[in-house]
Amino acid sequence: MLDKVDVLIVGSGASGAAVAWSLADTRMRIVCLEQGDWVKPTDYPSNGRDWEARLFSDFAINPNRRARPTDYPINDANSPIKVVNFNGVGGSTIMYTAHFPRMHPSDFKVRTLDGVADDWPVDYATLEPYFAENDRMMGVSGLAGDPAYPPHQPPMPPLPLGKSGARFGKAMNQLGWHWWPSDSTIATSDYEGRARCINLGHCTPGCAQGAKASTDITYWPHAIRAGVELRTMCRVREVTVDAQGMASGVIYYDAEGKEQFQPAEVVILACNGVGTPRLMLNSVSAKFPNGIANSSGLVGKNLMFHPYALTYGYVDEPLDGNHGPPLCLWSQEFYETDRKRDFVRGHTFQFGRGVGAIMEAIISSNAGRLPWGDDHHSVYRKLLNHRISLSAICEDLPEEHNRVTLDPDLKDSSGIPAPRLDYTISANSLKMMDHGIARAKEVLTAAGASNIAVESPILNGGWHLLGTARMGTDPERSVVNEWGRCHDVKNLFIVDGSIWVTSGGVNPTSTIQALALYIADSIKQRLANLFD
Amino acid sequence: MIIPASAVYDVPGADDEKIFDDILRNLERDRDDIRRALSHLAAIGGGAFADLEADHRADVTKAFREVGGAPLAALVRVVLLCYYRDDRVMQSLGQEARPPFPKGHVVEQGDWSLLDPVRARKPMYRRVD
Repeated sequence: MLDKVDVLIVGSGASGAAVAWSLADTRMRIVCLEQGDWVKPTDYPSNGRDWEARLFSDFAINPNRRARPTDYPINDANSPIKVVNFNGVGGSTIMYTAHFPRMHPSDFKVRTLDGVADDWPVDYATLEPYFAENDRMMGVSGLAGDPAYPPHQPPMPPLPLGKSGARFGKAMNQLGWHWWPSDSTIATSDYEGRARCINLGHCTPGCAQGAKASTDITYWPHAIRAGVELRTMCRVREVTVDAQGMASGVIYYDAEGKEQFQPAEVVILACNGVGTPRLMLNSVSAKFPNGIANSSGLVGKNLMFHPYALTYGYVDEPLDGNHGPPLCLWSQEFYETDRKRDFVRGHTFQFGRGVGAIMEAIISSNAGRLPWGDDHHSVYRKLLNHRISLSAICEDLPEEHNRVTLDPDLKDSSGIPAPRLDYTISANSLKMMDHGIARAKEVLTAAGASNIAVESPILNGGWHLLGTARMGTDPERSVVNEWGRCHDVKNLFIVDGSIWVTSGGVNPTSTIQALALYIADSIKQRLANLFD
Repeated sequence: MIIPASAVYDVPGADDEKIFDDILRNLERDRDDIRRALSHLAAIGGGAFADLEADHRADVTKAFREVGGAPLAALVRVVLLCYYRDDRVMQSLGQEARPPFPKGHVVEQGDWSLLDPVRARKPMYRRVD
């Protein structure tokens, strides 16, 4: 048996890295177990001529397609949206597009304001200092003064508008609608040892330049220097409990596949909204026959994605194509609830710059827009670098029938039962998506686009995995309390997107990390009586 | 049949030897679907697709495309993946035949005065206090 540690963190991604760094100043012995490995910058696709092709192989965004030894399979056959993730140091920050909006103040009060779902037990004002701290640690570029948000000051200037952004800006001004340069974790100036963005344009599957903030190059170097131990290639099977029902540690398989037991005083789960409920449901004991900390029966339930409604078209001049970070602008004109609409809550538009040569060919071929045969070349030349797009990222409200369970048959390479997803898009979300598509067509028309097409929902659009171990003050209606501690197990914490009560209509990484820092601070403030 | 050579654009077809070799090297995760696609083509055509007369190939291809499905998507995808990274094709398209890193690209900063009408707006986020 290994020596007991003070704090054991499972998962090294957005939230695991943040909580590890924050707790490091306690000088406790902290270990993080990560099932993947470090990814070297030289491994990223943009180093080679096959940079686009690798989006369909070892850097595919869907883990079932990618199927690395460090991935686990997910049965998502019963979901119209497929999971996107990455398993490695940095987690899915390796595989995100670095769009970094915060939740709005209203997102934490949906029951009070709109009579749906539940209010969060924390609010924007409480998280504000943690948002700011996280912006500094991750390195955010953006522009102060956005009227859609309470004031905040990104530490670096915004990403360039480019030809696509300028065209969108003019169109939005013509319509009188809000738009603003996105907060992004892509460095626009040299920042804390990271080199500035040079517009590789292939940001999602890792940044060879190191301009995109994944936690392997932001939080982890600081945490490791402060004494945190990060063990890679360690796949956790279950959280164990002692006779008193407290977490006693975890059982995991090390890099050689050998079973290990790591005892710990405190266990923190940071495995995302699918991985965390999977681990909890796999952690069965006499005390917790339905999975650890699951007396509410809510572990795995209330899964929320953000359904993405993508609308795109083609203009008559060449634009930026795949050059530059793909997302550089947002609009929150339709973010807040408007009673005149037939749905509650709202969506963010994120504006897309363009795609590369291969992606254009595949998307247009699949859509039947790009013919086979003699006309192929002439048609293709009217498409490449002429595309502009925008996606409505729609707030998904919690519904218990949307859930993560354990698949009865599917297992990962270590023999651990894999997650199964059952998910349907709600009527409210569908109306919101239709609204987003209709408004997007107006934007594209104003921008001079034609040949307008829609992909809704984006099939491989399950980037945001939320809600499956929700926060709350009522142990019968939530899994963790208002500072991330499980109601049932007082030394077990959750810090990832699982604890979200509602989803907002924005990319979640900024808020996930602010919450993780807030929970870490809550732990530090209560160290003397943490288990009371 | 999918991408023929073109003298107008000075590009090879996807059946060019170099591109075809690249396709064969990159079947990887799609190997099973490609096998299914070729079997399907043979079933529609009544024999190996490569042995069919040109006119018959066109009919078979049309029927195959109408059926669709994962095997078709996989076959077309691997063809496009290899075709649109060939140096000759990239040059014809005016694209530099190189990886994005380390040279990167230039993206114009743009005219930020476009934001002036938005800057003039009052705060639009919903107050909760």
